[in-house]
Amino acid sequence: MSEKPRLTYINGRGRMESIRWLLAAAGVEFEEIFLQTREQLLKLGQDGSLMFHQLPLVEIDGMKLVQCRAILSYIAGKYNLYGKDLKERALIDMYVEGISDLMQLILMFPFSPPEAKEKNIATISEKATERYFPVFEKVLKQHGQDFLVGNRFSWADVQLMEAILAVEEKVPSVLSGFPQLQAFKTKMSNMPTIKKFLQPGSPRKPPPDENYVATVMKIFKLD
Amino acid sequence: MSGKPVLHYANIRGRMEPIRWLLAAAGVEFEERILKTKDDLQKLRTDGCLLFQQVPMVEIDGMKMVQTRAILNYIAGKYNLYGKDLKERALIDMYVEGLADLFELIMYHEFKPANEKEKDLANIMDKATNRYLPVFEKVLKDHGHDFLVGNKLSKADVSLLENILWLEELKPDALAKFPLLQSFKARMSNIPSIKKFLQPGSAKKPLIQEKDIPSVIAIFH
Repeated sequence: MSEKPRLTYINGRGRMESIRWLLAAAGVEFEEIFLQTREQLLKLGQDGSLMFHQLPLVEIDGMKLVQCRAILSYIAGKYNLYGKDLKERALIDMYVEGISDLMQLILMFPFSPPEAKEKNIATISEKATERYFPVFEKVLKQHGQDFLVGNRFSWADVQLMEAILAVEEKVPSVLSGFPQLQAFKTKMSNMPTIKKFLQPGSPRKPPPDENYVATVMKIFKLD
Repeated sequence: MSGKPVLHYANIRGRMEPIRWLLAAAGVEFEERILKTKDDLQKLRTDGCLLFQQVPMVEIDGMKMVQTRAILNYIAGKYNLYGKDLKERALIDMYVEGLADLFELIMYHEFKPANEKEKDLANIMDKATNRYLPVFEKVLKDHGHDFLVGNKLSKADVSLLENILWLEELKPDALAKFPLLQSFKARMSNIPSIKKFLQPGSAKKPLIQEKDIPSVIAIFH
């Protein structure tokens, strides 16, 4: 029996990608199960594996964890990516929650109708450059350290790195006004675990395409 | 200067209510600065008080905290409402995150236009009775303890109680099929700090009145 965490989701980024990022950044190898039919999802629900009948599901340390934030918090806590005390954790939580509001726009983008796509990219660009990136640019500038919190690698750094790359896929020049974030991105890219995750053949999933959207609609029956 | 936390929000439940609940359950007195107009919100923004230009914001222990979950996690950690180890925390987080999904529906219900309210309520009750409440009925049945996790009060219990009570305000027989949740509700309501919060005159906010909805929406849009 393997002791690696086991991730159950569809074969795409969605709500599992942040978890893949964090495990990878922590240097933790994991297995993945990709659902292809709605019947498979319903069966998992009937088995009692899904507390709220939803994915993602991560089996780790004898638990069947659901709910992204619960999963991410557990991984962060277990692998010392959650700061050294309550106050550092509070900072990490604030940063991660802010970034996840931005990531929500990215998550929903593939499901917007074609005529709304241009406007949605403009919204992503505006929110990134006016609300979220300036905060982290300022944090890095003020303390001059490599990492966002406590001069130590944390969940907040991983989440910011994921968000930067995801936004750049939609808005390639988005970091042009943010020199600190450009340097941050370079430093993160060179961290051994992240470097490995960014290479072809890693568990990192490609940007969502029509196939992904169709699979999500079919399996999760979104209407 | 008082050492009490200061809560900045509109005079509604909204995203601040879970925070009021948790502080109250922890027996922590707090102050509130009520936003009445968009100018009030703008002032907080231009003063640099809001990390992401949004409320809720809670001044606590020298920090200006934003993001509901971050604030709740800090309060839970500080007042020992977050379990005894990582695994209990994971359980608490799972329960709270599930309830947060339900809460999102309940919270927005107040602002639905009249012609959508009935259908919206049916959806909320469907999700509550088929997806969420059965989970917690089963948890309580399986371990037979008074509290959801680790036989000790945690933020999961507070969140469950808050959601149960709000559901009952919308539909009084919401707990009809859940005997253990009914006794959970009775037990929790008798905890002194919570009992105090449930009394008139406490910081607990009432349901919004229809006449006040436009002015609240004006603050945020």
